[in-house]
Amino acid sequence: MPHFERLYNFACWLTHDRQEAEDLVQETYVKALKGFSSFQPGTNFRAWIYKILRNAFLTSRTGLKATSIVQLDLEGQEEALPTVTQTPESILVQRSDGRLVQKALEQLPVPYREVLLLCEVEEMSYQEISVTLAIPIGTVMSRLSRARKALRGGLQQQFAERVN
Amino acid sequence: MVCESWKAKLDTYLDGEVSGDEMRSFDAHVRTCPSCSADALTRVQMKRSIQAAGRRYTPSAEFRKRMQQKIVSRPRRSFGLGWTFAAAAAAIIVVGTLTSVYLGTRSGKDQVFSEIADLHVETLASSSPVDVISTDRHTVKPWFQGKIPFAFNLPELQNTGFSLLGGRMTYLDQTPGAHLIYDAGKHHISVFVFQERSLPARLDKDPVSPKQLTFNMETWTQGGLRYFVIGDASAANIDSLAKLFKAAS
Repeated sequence: MPHFERLYNFACWLTHDRQEAEDLVQETYVKALKGFSSFQPGTNFRAWIYKILRNAFLTSRTGLKATSIVQLDLEGQEEALPTVTQTPESILVQRSDGRLVQKALEQLPVPYREVLLLCEVEEMSYQEISVTLAIPIGTVMSRLSRARKALRGGLQQQFAERVN
Repeated sequence: MVCESWKAKLDTYLDGEVSGDEMRSFDAHVRTCPSCSADALTRVQMKRSIQAAGRRYTPSAEFRKRMQQKIVSRPRRSFGLGWTFAAAAAAIIVVGTLTSVYLGTRSGKDQVFSEIADLHVETLASSSPVDVISTDRHTVKPWFQGKIPFAFNLPELQNTGFSLLGGRMTYLDQTPGAHLIYDAGKHHISVFVFQERSLPARLDKDPVSPKQLTFNMETWTQGGLRYFVIGDASAANIDSLAKLFKAAS
């Protein structure tokens, strides 16, 4: 089963629930096999199957709930990222505290979490992410930038809580 | 001022999404600018941390089996719809065959061997089979540091006919381990290394019949570690690579 482990990992991150993730992965493969005629040879298979999983998630009860409560100015004016040198989160990152990064990832809204996971964990190109999320490449770039900023904010907050 | 324009594009550069010319300009600048190189280093560390933290969940063996059974039981009527599906279908058929073998001889040991074969097939079907891409064992070995709870040696391959392609982390029955991929001519061979005490079945007695798996496989324990060498290469090649590992350990 191509991409099985990674699809499951991605599904867990979306749903935060192993049982729901299993249902989602199962639904994805069933839909992929049933609708294989819609796949165009020569296009990206990985983006195609991730897109099926994501669409299944968005129409699930958890997906609808997660996306309905998120009101983000996702595609607004791009802000310049601050210069990053020795910051609390870079210290944390250097200490390789994976749990804190996991917690910060968990707390991100779904649109930020998914774009970061597709880029950093799945190592998809912007083009693949664009196909998977059905958004323009420019939007991929701005959303990634904001997601990274939000993650750094989350890490800083955790760092402050640890210090206090 | 020049740095600000670089910094605005730093993430795009680190994501490998700038053009070749721009990439070369970035490389040259980052080498000579302490501020940008420090910034790039922090962002690379952040990328690696997200990657490590993001690879968090592994499907259970029970779920994998359930899925294999479900997919294999579906009518396969769409063959010939293109190479990708052919590849996917081939993987499914192989997994299906292995699943049938599993169902015929249901035991913990066979389950482990089937899982190993699944991992081998699934990785080769992936568009990014390895996470650390290097032919240098001195690069691949340290990459596993901090990712798996043990260390192991990789053999020197000069004049052996084998070449290292890279490695990745893997899981067997929720136990972390190392997966290395080698080339032998046009064949790919997987080498898996796990802690023996973490594996669910005793594997020494009654070694697996290669015919059951459709691959050639060799497995042994050394220094508390369980090694599996598996691939569609000849039994002699599998044996040679296994001997190199035994000598290096």
